[in-house]
Amino acid sequence: MEYFIQQLINGLSLGAIYGLIAIGYTMVYGIIGMINFAHGEIYMIGAFVALITFLAMGALGITWVPLALVVMLAASMLFTSVYGWAVERIAYRPLRSSPRLAPLISAIGMSIFLQNYMQLLQGARSKPLQPILPGNLTLMDGAVSVSYVRLATILITLVLMVGFTMLISRTSLGRAQRACEQDKKMAGLLGVNVDRIISLTFVMGAALAAVAGMMVLLIYGVIDFYIGFLAGVKSFTAAVLGGVGSLPGAMLGGVVIGLIEAFWSGYVGSEWKDVATFTLLVLVLIFRPTGLLGRPEIEKV
Amino acid sequence: MTMPSHTAPTPAPAAVPARPAVDWPGSLKDAATAAFVALLLTVPLVGLRTVDRPTGLSIEARPDEVIASIVLVFLGRLGLGLIRQGLALPVLVLALAAAAVGLALPMPTQVLRLVLVAGGGIIALRAAITLTTGRSKLSQAERDRRMDRVAAKVQHATKYIAPVAIAFAVALPLTPLADRQLLDIGILLLTYIMLGWGLNIVVGLAGLLDLGYVAFYAVGAYSYALLAHYFGLSFWVCLPLAGVLAACSGVLLGFPVLRLRGDYFAIVTLGFGEIIRIILVNWYQFTGGPNGISGIPRPSFFGIADFTRTPPEGMAAFHELFGLEFSPLHRIVFMYYLILALALVVNVFTLRVRKLPLGRAWEALREDEIASASLGINRTNMKLAAFAIAAMFGGFAGSFFATRQGFISPESFTFIESAIILAIVVLGGMGSQIGVVVATLLVIGLPEAFRELADYRMLAFGMGMVVIMLWRPRGLLAHRDPTILLHGGKTPRVNAGAAR
Repeated sequence: MEYFIQQLINGLSLGAIYGLIAIGYTMVYGIIGMINFAHGEIYMIGAFVALITFLAMGALGITWVPLALVVMLAASMLFTSVYGWAVERIAYRPLRSSPRLAPLISAIGMSIFLQNYMQLLQGARSKPLQPILPGNLTLMDGAVSVSYVRLATILITLVLMVGFTMLISRTSLGRAQRACEQDKKMAGLLGVNVDRIISLTFVMGAALAAVAGMMVLLIYGVIDFYIGFLAGVKSFTAAVLGGVGSLPGAMLGGVVIGLIEAFWSGYVGSEWKDVATFTLLVLVLIFRPTGLLGRPEIEKV
Repeated sequence: MTMPSHTAPTPAPAAVPARPAVDWPGSLKDAATAAFVALLLTVPLVGLRTVDRPTGLSIEARPDEVIASIVLVFLGRLGLGLIRQGLALPVLVLALAAAAVGLALPMPTQVLRLVLVAGGGIIALRAAITLTTGRSKLSQAERDRRMDRVAAKVQHATKYIAPVAIAFAVALPLTPLADRQLLDIGILLLTYIMLGWGLNIVVGLAGLLDLGYVAFYAVGAYSYALLAHYFGLSFWVCLPLAGVLAACSGVLLGFPVLRLRGDYFAIVTLGFGEIIRIILVNWYQFTGGPNGISGIPRPSFFGIADFTRTPPEGMAAFHELFGLEFSPLHRIVFMYYLILALALVVNVFTLRVRKLPLGRAWEALREDEIASASLGINRTNMKLAAFAIAAMFGGFAGSFFATRQGFISPESFTFIESAIILAIVVLGGMGSQIGVVVATLLVIGLPEAFRELADYRMLAFGMGMVVIMLWRPRGLLAHRDPTILLHGGKTPRVNAGAAR
């Protein structure tokens, strides 16, 4: 039982991370119908910016942990969203009316580029970091111990999700975003600046991915330039599982994937956990291609 | 909206209006914005580097590189803006001057010199292109049509180019030029050409986006390696077996997923590719895990002769059989011809199958799935056939890879390999056989030629993929044959299909 709860919390925090990345995939897919293959790399950049910000603050002598965390969060969200914006502007916008394969190939190229860019700049070796938020919360007479970082991850994700849902459902920006998702042409005719909304979609997705990157850095304490690929594929799986285009679906899908991974590693063995995830992806797509919360897509002839 | 290339040609663009006054404040503002974005992009990652110290990680500031990139972006953006506004000539002169100054005069830092030379060179090139072709005055659609015409000409000329190219490929090992290194590069290129042609069946003909083609390559390679390792079978027995096994895995894998649409299909194939790789890594007892399999036997000369100096009992030596001087190069040359023959088999198959009902059904499915289904084409069977045949060719290529390398490990079958093969197909122009060859020379040949710049190879590779897609979204040699269309070609789906 204790082991179960332990794995449950591990899975939830992991799932929160996947969910945050998946939102970027699902929003972009919803609005321009392409798989933003470079999104995993954006998350990797977020993790690196957080690491570098922390080290820079250390060099400047700022060691008060709460301040450090806030600055890390802000810096990684800011700089990473600039990367998200630039990727869209350079690699995707000129291809918006091209055959469907072109943006995908461009995205794969961007992903390869960003990986090697990071490898060249920051080195190929994995970057360790001493724990910033050490300490555990012990529950059930010490049988279950939950690190503060994992708790913080779950909390921050919840807060972000609430805020983000409000942003999409209540503000005019969110309304414009949903309008573009339904019909770009019509939204444009009604005075929505479609290009700007698409850019903002990428910026928002990148900012959330940056949070996920920072959380991974805090939880595992080690990152390298290659973490984006697997996390990206799994988060895309999460987005598909939840139903592409659906924000709660992305979060739900992320949590499901995180739980499966945690329980699979806990009870079966960690070396096969990726196979479990991919098999789940295949099964979902075969039996329920619209995902858990997605609407069926009607194909017109 | 892209302009479909088959609509009635629009009248030539109206006469270029008189040159408008140059919008200096606008251009400067635009350049400043770009420079600001460059600042935000470079400050955290370029400006601050993590360094491993004995005491742990620390960072190092590199302000000069940040400043250099900002200046480069500012001037570049300004130059491009001015070129677009008709000031190509002055920009060309200034850019050349900057490059010359950077080269000739002593500079305080190396970075400044780099900014001047590289930035000046690129801008000058762009200005020169604009001056000579007047391209900036053409619209994107016009430019596309122009390139389409070039592509069509190249396709047309293939009739003459292909025999020459094949003759050259056949003659290459016989020339004195052919040393070990050149032949190795030739084998590498031909392997990728074969993989590209194989994948082209799925992507270019049947219109299915397969991101996991390397899985079949892996199945072929491991089939041969394992059969040779456990049962001692020879290459010539294993080659067809590897093809059959890969085709079977193609059917197994394709059967459940072929109902899926475009992008979903792509992701599932990616997932399958990864599953196969993870199985190879984790099934330690059987596949050797991450250590791979080594000592894979080399092929013999069709089972009658061996390429070693002292062949095993019951086998003739190749050089004795043909009365030649012994040379280790013989095997390489043989390998080269082997992969050349395999690649040509794939090519001939593709060219012939296009004229058969099967190939036509694939192309019909690619253009409009629903229409072809309603005309009685069995979608699943057709797609499965495409998948299985492409997988078989991938398997052949894989077993060739295994016997050539003598050692395989899951490292060779990562996603990046699939991406490279797909990039070859798409960059060349989907469905274009000659396009695959051109793209292979670009994607594999160029980086191979610049081996010394190993660190920057993949960086340039990624950037190149983006740039080629921006320049020619339908691939370098894509062009559409005129197709008979209903209602004057106004059906929107037609455009989504790939070009031949």
